[in-house]
Amino acid sequence: MISLLNFNPFMPSPGLVFWTVIIFVLFWWIMGKFAFTPIAKALEKREGDIQDALDQAKKAKEEMANMKYENEKLLAEAREERSKILQEAKDIKNQIVNEAKDKAKEEASRIVASAKTEIDNQKKAALVEVKNQVGNMALEIAEKVIKKQLAGNQEQESLVKSMVDDMNLN
Amino acid sequence: MRQNLKTVVSMHTRFKISFVLVVIIFSWVRVFAQHNHDHHENTHNDHAHEMSDGNSEHQESHGTCGSHDGHAAFDPASTAIHHISDANVYSLLDWIRIPLPTMLYAEDRGWDVFMSNVFEIGHHEDGHQSYNGYVMHEGSVYRVADKTFPQEGSVHLGGFTTESQLIDGKKRDVTYVCYEGNKFPCESRSTWDAGMLGGGVSSFYDFSISKNVLAMLIVSIFLMWIFIKAAKKYKENPHSAPSGTQGILETLFVFIRDEVAIPFIGKDKYMKYIPILMSVFFFILGLNLFGQVPFFGSTNVTGNLTVTMVLAILVALFVNFKGNKHYWQHVFWMPGVPVAVKPLLAVVEVMSLFIKPLTLMLRLAGNISAGHIAILSFIGLIFVFGNSGANLVGSSVGSLVSVPLTMFMMAIELIVAFVQAFVFTILTASYIGAATESHDDHH
Repeated sequence: MISLLNFNPFMPSPGLVFWTVIIFVLFWWIMGKFAFTPIAKALEKREGDIQDALDQAKKAKEEMANMKYENEKLLAEAREERSKILQEAKDIKNQIVNEAKDKAKEEASRIVASAKTEIDNQKKAALVEVKNQVGNMALEIAEKVIKKQLAGNQEQESLVKSMVDDMNLN
Repeated sequence: MRQNLKTVVSMHTRFKISFVLVVIIFSWVRVFAQHNHDHHENTHNDHAHEMSDGNSEHQESHGTCGSHDGHAAFDPASTAIHHISDANVYSLLDWIRIPLPTMLYAEDRGWDVFMSNVFEIGHHEDGHQSYNGYVMHEGSVYRVADKTFPQEGSVHLGGFTTESQLIDGKKRDVTYVCYEGNKFPCESRSTWDAGMLGGGVSSFYDFSISKNVLAMLIVSIFLMWIFIKAAKKYKENPHSAPSGTQGILETLFVFIRDEVAIPFIGKDKYMKYIPILMSVFFFILGLNLFGQVPFFGSTNVTGNLTVTMVLAILVALFVNFKGNKHYWQHVFWMPGVPVAVKPLLAVVEVMSLFIKPLTLMLRLAGNISAGHIAILSFIGLIFVFGNSGANLVGSSVGSLVSVPLTMFMMAIELIVAFVQAFVFTILTASYIGAATESHDDHH
């Protein structure tokens, strides 16, 4: 009894064709215009916006990282600069000290040298004077000796002796 | 912890109790229905169609009818077919009958527009009254072929019989209506097959808002409502996360867009085809799921070949209308093959233009109808085991077998509802993709 002949759901029915066409075409048109296209566009836009936001966040992060790197670089540079300056200062100081020392040494040696010369000069002058004094004294003695001559040897000797004693050599 | 255990146990018990209740209800519904059935059998002698195979052919060859005795054996096949057929009345549980606007056109009598409750629809959606020469049998409107039947107003009918007859050398089922002890042959249902499928040629066209049309209207309006609401939400808060219904719709929408539209059509062109793809997907999915709701008419819209035919033809027209030069070149003069093969391929390609919508139409209708038939057959087990309601013990055992099987089948059908909507959409997308492919895309 059951055959394709009365398989009702598979029978083409004119009314159903008519209504299905009307309902589906209307559904398609209305949904396309008021729901599906706006939703698809909104989704696309939202996804684009989300992507943009993510990209921007990434960019900002990169920028931050860049800035941090630069800061660190600056800091390192500053540190280097500082140590360089310090080193330079130290060097200058050492130089100055050494220079001062050298100068002082030079001065000292110069002073010593000039002192030596002075001493020598003085010594020479003194010797000249001594020589002169001695000469004079010798002349004086000789004069006195000559004056008291002949009075005995002894006397002469004591005389010379006293005269020598009298001669203040200093 | 103890409380949790208690809840689990009580849930388990509750489940058991509900299961037993369902089984009992299922068994009794049939017994109750059978009782009703017997009642109708005695008063109106309807339902004789159930035993029309074989013996009835000889039993009622002339004139009189209404002499059936005993109650008809339950026929699971015809019951299943009846339940998945379109109808001019929307029945809930064979109990609440919502009349539908019936619009009939016959060349010899013009339009007849009325609500289907004028037929006084009874058990098995058989009408107890005629109206202007039309009668209702198993939910469908038939026209009485014999013009001696009252052509105006209503008369009380004595039931229907179906007989297999040899017409033009082919065996065909003819429905007879009983009126005042005489049988009058009816024309076949309103069909457009010009007799090819054995439906016969009818002299009237049924443009009614039938059960399937109503289901389509309900589903379309529901979908429009939720989608337009969601679209408004997207417009008002374009940057807020989707919430509620919008979330479910967006999941499906994005799935179809990313897995179907973009891969087949291309990221630059898909937007133009979003309306057709989404319409096809959500229309089919909505109707598939609507047909799955138990006790809600179990409409079989997407399992109806007429509906899927319309969808397939509209899709095919759309695809071929959008087809570019490149596509038509591929159809009629395939590039890159020897000239001798070109005409052969053209024949094959032209055939495929028609085979594509044909397969779309058959696949969807076949799958959905098959699912409905499987579920109805499992439910039918209750009545088979229960000896058509005469045996309560049998129907209880039948329920025990049938309820788990039906639940399993319903779960499968839920998957099928999604898969078939997806398959129809993905094939549509691939046809559109092939038709609109630009030359640069082709390798």
